[in-house]
Amino acid sequence: MTKREAKPLRGPVPRHKEDDQVVYIDENSAPRIIFSGTDILCEDLPIGTRVIYAKPPIEGLANPGAAIRYALNHPLDSDPLYTQLSPGMRVTIAVDDISLPLPPMTTPDIRQTMLEILIEMLEANGVDDVHIIIALGSAHRRMTPAEMKRMAGKKVYDAFYPDRYYNLDAEDPDGFVPLGKTAQGEPVNISRRCVESDLVIYVNVTLVPMDGGHKSVAVGLCDYESVRVHHEPDTIAACNSLMDPPHSMLATKLARMGAIVDQHMNVFHIETALNNRMFSSPLAFLGRNEDEFSELDRLKTETLRLALSKMPEVAKRKMFNAIPAPYQLIACYAGKADPVHDRIVAKLNDQYLVKVKGQSDIVIFPIPFISPYNVNSILNPILLQVMALGYFHHFYRGQPVLRKGGALILCHPCHDEFDHEYHPSYIEFFHRLLPETRDSHLLRAKYEEEFARNPSYVEMYRRGHAYHGTHPFFMWYWGEAGRQHVGKIIAAGAKNAHVPAMLGWDRSESVTEAIAMARSFVGPSASITLMKWPPIVMADVE
Amino acid sequence: MAAAAFYDLDGTLCRTNLVHAFAYNARNQQGLWRSVTRTASTVASIPLFLAADLFNRRLFNEIFFRRYRGESEDRLRYLAQELFDTVVRPSIFPGAYELTDKSRRLGLRQVLVTGALDLTVEPLVRHLGLDDSVTNHLEFVDGKATGRLLPPVMAAATKASWIRTYAEKEGLNLTECYSYSDSMSDLPMLSVVGHPTAVNPDFRLRNTALQHDWPILDLR
Repeated sequence: MTKREAKPLRGPVPRHKEDDQVVYIDENSAPRIIFSGTDILCEDLPIGTRVIYAKPPIEGLANPGAAIRYALNHPLDSDPLYTQLSPGMRVTIAVDDISLPLPPMTTPDIRQTMLEILIEMLEANGVDDVHIIIALGSAHRRMTPAEMKRMAGKKVYDAFYPDRYYNLDAEDPDGFVPLGKTAQGEPVNISRRCVESDLVIYVNVTLVPMDGGHKSVAVGLCDYESVRVHHEPDTIAACNSLMDPPHSMLATKLARMGAIVDQHMNVFHIETALNNRMFSSPLAFLGRNEDEFSELDRLKTETLRLALSKMPEVAKRKMFNAIPAPYQLIACYAGKADPVHDRIVAKLNDQYLVKVKGQSDIVIFPIPFISPYNVNSILNPILLQVMALGYFHHFYRGQPVLRKGGALILCHPCHDEFDHEYHPSYIEFFHRLLPETRDSHLLRAKYEEEFARNPSYVEMYRRGHAYHGTHPFFMWYWGEAGRQHVGKIIAAGAKNAHVPAMLGWDRSESVTEAIAMARSFVGPSASITLMKWPPIVMADVE
Repeated sequence: MAAAAFYDLDGTLCRTNLVHAFAYNARNQQGLWRSVTRTASTVASIPLFLAADLFNRRLFNEIFFRRYRGESEDRLRYLAQELFDTVVRPSIFPGAYELTDKSRRLGLRQVLVTGALDLTVEPLVRHLGLDDSVTNHLEFVDGKATGRLLPPVMAAATKASWIRTYAEKEGLNLTECYSYSDSMSDLPMLSVVGHPTAVNPDFRLRNTALQHDWPILDLR
């Protein structure tokens, strides 16, 4: 690639673009801003490179509280919530955990708004046996009291914590009830408190189409035995994609398990969709087309890059984690799982899907500092892998942006760094298991059970804030479809050689070098696409 | 191949330590005056014990167990169950029950490896349902403690060496074994197995565990 001379700063210039979201690099294009962990890169990309941008945020609803109340009173395929309430009944509210939205949203969190409305309605109808359970599934870490307070708000927290507002404990030996098995033999074990409740209200924040629906109860409130039937390599490999429920084997299995849940439990689903306003206004330029930057935007970019280059990694992480996202509610539906989820997925698709013509030989994924599993923590190598191959690879409908066997460039420093409190089993997984094998099936057969039963990991999960011992396995399986699809992976800007090597990737000093390496693999006339994350964008590939 | 979980006791499974046991015995001497003087002497010696422990666990043992000189074996045995009921059992960490239970269900043999005295440990071994234990033993002559420990003295590297011998004798695979301790002095015992875990660790052990990427567990 030849280095082009720097262009003088000037106002917006018309560019070659299919629409506002699909832009092609030409000789006058500005460098592109690419997230690389806690750094941002400014890269001159080869002429002809296609850049896919997120759509601008859909305008938020003016009165989220009113929208939620309307949904509760006009549910889909269900009676209004207030008609289902009577004094003396037992109600459990299950609520999504800190893994979404990302980054955590500005307060009040939409869950706080929903919980306050629900509690008010329950009290008004004489329901006082109410518990709020954070639906951690079988493997997510327990939220800290401070995180719980931030999510639910002071009023709910003070009234319910800790006796009636708590984290699900997937290792509680008496905590789960087997509801039965699907025709395919998948066991459905659900939290005892929920099964024994007269009504379960599930409060969803559906960040991407994979979330919500039957996944809420069947995964969020289940135990290890239930989760391992779909959190496994073959299910993930059969998803085309995870973000397209009609073509997701995971969604198919969960629908089967959800049917069992519906036979035994009365579940009232509330799902919300947020827009993609991930950056507050001072940083909003990070989500825009660089060709349309004002001089102030360029100044801010350079200032931010300079500041980040001078800051230690820990400080950068702290800074980014301290900036919440000003997400806004764009839709809320309530009622039965399927109709509610269908409408929310349609709304998410309106926000995220961008029409893209054809696949590319080389695709560039910027990997930011955060994933669902490292809020207030470190994006370790396994989480980096799941962000690239488990989530970003699946951000498509139709077919992946990268052609089968193509080259994938990941922009991330690949630090060999782990959080000992949150991710203890990841360390052993990475340093002990991956040197032996990267084969998901072998890892599952040989080691998953050992990690699941490891007494130290179990106790760290129950008493501390560690992810369950099995979580790194699930994260590895999550990348299965991506691993099978991609021909070569290059970690651009990796600060060390051993992390990419352990993950089975190549390494390059820079994006420019990575593109040269990718071209030598797929051919010199290879087409290139940059997916401009964050904010979230999904490709609807023709 | 079979495997085991090796536990240190004081600070790991329970809050008490050697001094608690000794202080209990001192407080329950025959005669009020003897109880008062023994207790006062024990309290006064605490800084010395702490300093010795910081310097070397072996030196600590030498100084500490000398205090038992002249104690009657019968009386120590008589007080052991009472000591357990009133002091040790309430101080067992809630997580210790869960940890040993999970570990047992994994098929691991449960073994206590401690520098505490056999007399004080026996009721606890029964209470937690542990399979085996190795402890320190006081030397008695004519029913009276001499203030010396019978070899091998369980501390630091001796614990690791005992675990190696035990594993060989019992056909255990050390790579599959677990070991739990709260103290830097037990670094050898932690290093000898495949799954070491720092439990309620002191500052030095915490740092070491972080450097070695060992799990850090809080059972309190």
